[in-house]
Amino acid sequence: MIQISNLGHKIGGAQILHDITTSFPKGKLTALIGPNGAGKSTLLRLVGRLDPLQQGEITVAGHDVSRTPTEELARVMAILGQQTAIASRLRLSELVAFGRWPHHQGRPGADDRAKVAQALDAFALTPLANRFLDEVSGGQAQRAHIAMAFAQDTDWLLLDEPLNNLDMSHARALMARLRDLIDTQGRSVGLVVHEINYAAAWADHVIAMKDGRIMAEGFADDVLTEAVLSDLYDAPIAVGRHQGRPLVLHHA
Amino acid sequence: MDRRTRLTLGLMALLLAGLSALWMFQGLGAGNRGFILHLRATKLAALITVAVAIAVATILFQTVAANRVLTPSIMGFDALYVLMQTFLVVLLGNAGFAGLPAAGKFALDVGVMTALAVVLFGTLLAKGARDIPRMILTGVILGVLFRSVSGFLGRILDPNEFSVVQSVSFASFNRVDADLLPVAGGLTVLAVLAAWRMAPQLDVLALGREPAVSLGVRHQRLVLVTLALVAVLVSVSTALVGPVAFFGLIVAGLAHGLLRSARHAGLIPVAALAAAILLVGGQWLFERMLGQAATLSVVVEFAGGLFFLYLLLKGRIR
Amino acid sequence: MRPMPALLMALCALMLASLTVGAAHVDLRDIFSDPQAMLVLLESRVPRTVAVALTGAALSVAGVLIQALVRNRFVGPDTAGTAEGAALGLLAITILLPSSPLWLRMIAASLSAMATTWLFLTVIRRLPVREVMLIPIAGLVLSGVLGSVVTFIGWQTDLMQYVGVWLMSGEFSGVIAGRYELLWVAAVAAGLAWFAADRFAILGLGDQVATGLGLSTASVMRLGLAVVSVVTAMVVTTVGMIPFVGLVVPNLVARIMGDNLRASLPVVALSGAVLVMACDLIGRLVIYPYEVPAGMILGIFGALLFLWLLHRRPAHG
Repeated sequence: MIQISNLGHKIGGAQILHDITTSFPKGKLTALIGPNGAGKSTLLRLVGRLDPLQQGEITVAGHDVSRTPTEELARVMAILGQQTAIASRLRLSELVAFGRWPHHQGRPGADDRAKVAQALDAFALTPLANRFLDEVSGGQAQRAHIAMAFAQDTDWLLLDEPLNNLDMSHARALMARLRDLIDTQGRSVGLVVHEINYAAAWADHVIAMKDGRIMAEGFADDVLTEAVLSDLYDAPIAVGRHQGRPLVLHHA
Repeated sequence: MDRRTRLTLGLMALLLAGLSALWMFQGLGAGNRGFILHLRATKLAALITVAVAIAVATILFQTVAANRVLTPSIMGFDALYVLMQTFLVVLLGNAGFAGLPAAGKFALDVGVMTALAVVLFGTLLAKGARDIPRMILTGVILGVLFRSVSGFLGRILDPNEFSVVQSVSFASFNRVDADLLPVAGGLTVLAVLAAWRMAPQLDVLALGREPAVSLGVRHQRLVLVTLALVAVLVSVSTALVGPVAFFGLIVAGLAHGLLRSARHAGLIPVAALAAAILLVGGQWLFERMLGQAATLSVVVEFAGGLFFLYLLLKGRIR
Repeated sequence: MRPMPALLMALCALMLASLTVGAAHVDLRDIFSDPQAMLVLLESRVPRTVAVALTGAALSVAGVLIQALVRNRFVGPDTAGTAEGAALGLLAITILLPSSPLWLRMIAASLSAMATTWLFLTVIRRLPVREVMLIPIAGLVLSGVLGSVVTFIGWQTDLMQYVGVWLMSGEFSGVIAGRYELLWVAAVAAGLAWFAADRFAILGLGDQVATGLGLSTASVMRLGLAVVSVVTAMVVTTVGMIPFVGLVVPNLVARIMGDNLRASLPVVALSGAVLVMACDLIGRLVIYPYEVPAGMILGIFGALLFLWLLHRRPAHG
């Protein structure tokens, strides 16, 4: 479980997060939703120790994020931020191979190579493995970054808007892959999604944020309701059902 | 290291050995051999030291900044060194400063420089990660500021003298302080060995801050250590030959082009060898063949500046 | 706040101070009884004071123009290759025609400055549009490359002395009557810009707007290029380059007055004069009776101001 208590965060005088206490359940897919500027990415980045903690406490599977050595955390959780421009000229296979770094610190073994091949395969990147990052499309590069986080082989996977640049079929494939990780291997995933229907279709647990506060959290069915969403986005929103899951409609 | 890297390294080492032999023995007359050989060996050692220092400093700096068009000099490192030297003269008084032995003075310079550079550029890089062009511009202007302050202090120290401390506006590979060579060479070897040992971590660092943190690299500490190494290497090259702004850019560009791999275990030695080949070969060409010993640094800087503009125009800056 | 009266008063006070400061003592109250003081005043102090004011004013106006030409606030005539171009032209004509008259040298310097500034404009037109900071970087590097060429030629031909004066740190200590009058040319050129102020303001809004308003951008560009080059060439040949004036003054004024150039150009000119005058005075006082070149003082203050401009929070959002 990821436990967040009394988390506050300021950027240049502006209060981005106000006293947040919440948790991401283990073995579930947790989606962070909310309008622009709600603080979703900031929250995820703080959990992933990409930004230093100012106030409050976060533990990931019992590891206090501010005190546990970063190399140890890297074997517990993998986080993929939004900033994926890389100056080095790398092949896709090389990038994905970096995902194994926390386990071998520069001396990869046969096991590591197998995991990399597996990750490339899982994201349909094997045919592109020898291409350079700047020679593939934005969506392919995005998949390579996700594959790197995947290769890190951690119990927790945190993804900040991983669906950026992905077309519908690859977005769907990614969500299905994450679902599979959770259901068959007992891993846990937290992600920020913009397109709310991906949360509606795949998430177990939803945290809805607005203006740096949590508006609602709980089972997807309980949070993705007309009342909560209309309030969250300040717009009339209808929620239907499709194959037993909520379906969010904005042309209400 | 893969086969291609090893092959490249081997060929380059051979080329450098050949050039060095040419440098040492070409046109050696019958008389005064010992003296001439000693002179040439000193200069060869200096050229190679400077080349290696500049090449490795540039590679390391580009890795820290996660940017391929920067060199420490563009960002004002060497100007900081000159300023710091001037400042020490003011602080300790000209007499006190001159009284120190050359090696001790240099060690002091390097120490102070390293501390300053780590604080200053550590802050700058941390703040500038999101807006790299602004960070570069800041570095460039800091360089101008440092040079102006050095000039100002120089004036105050000795109003009659126009340019006591004001360093020449381009480097010279001819006036190398032989007293400094052993210390400078030693420091360079140590710094390069340290960088080489850190190679796998540097590979991760080059991915940028977020991926590096996610992969469990102690990002901040690694950045500071790398900056310290850069500061030592820049101190060495600036003390030996003066400010060299763009040479590192050419060398780093060459290394990336030759290797087609971003592994530091290969990049560092290839860049160092490329730099040494260019400097030794270039100096041999200009000094012995063209009789224009002073020209090399200008040609190198000119070409480097054009290369920088080319990279800008290609949109290679991020 | 009305800036003009305040600036005028500041300039007058600084000019008075400038008349009295120097190695030789001059008391303004007895100049009519003391022929020696009168001589110093007329031959050295007045020319120097006027030269400083003209340089500051002309360079600031040139800064406004070049910023409108490249549509970027972080550029000045000293970071666009202009000064180096002027030096290159001077160097060329000094070597090729050592006995050439002054007017020919000025023309050579101006033309060469125009050529290198045009080169800069061509280079930046090919840069990625959205990267605002790349333009000044390109300018600085281009200036550096051109400067290294100038320095090298100067060194090889034993003209380093001149090159140093032209490019390193401009100073006014050598100004006496008869040796600064070219700066009036710079001032007149800068004055010309005022008549076309509206055109430059529109040019600064972008090609599309300018064309939409029926403005021939090419001819305005040519006028701007000519003014910037002439101003810079005159300054470089007379007192040497004064860094950062053309860069920071337009920025500071625009912060207060906005970009209506017809209203702001006179303020820009006055502010430039005040700034350079203040720096020259500081340079004359800081190690009195010796001098530190005004260009060096500006290298420090200007760089600090520039860094502040670069990192201040944007006024909106």
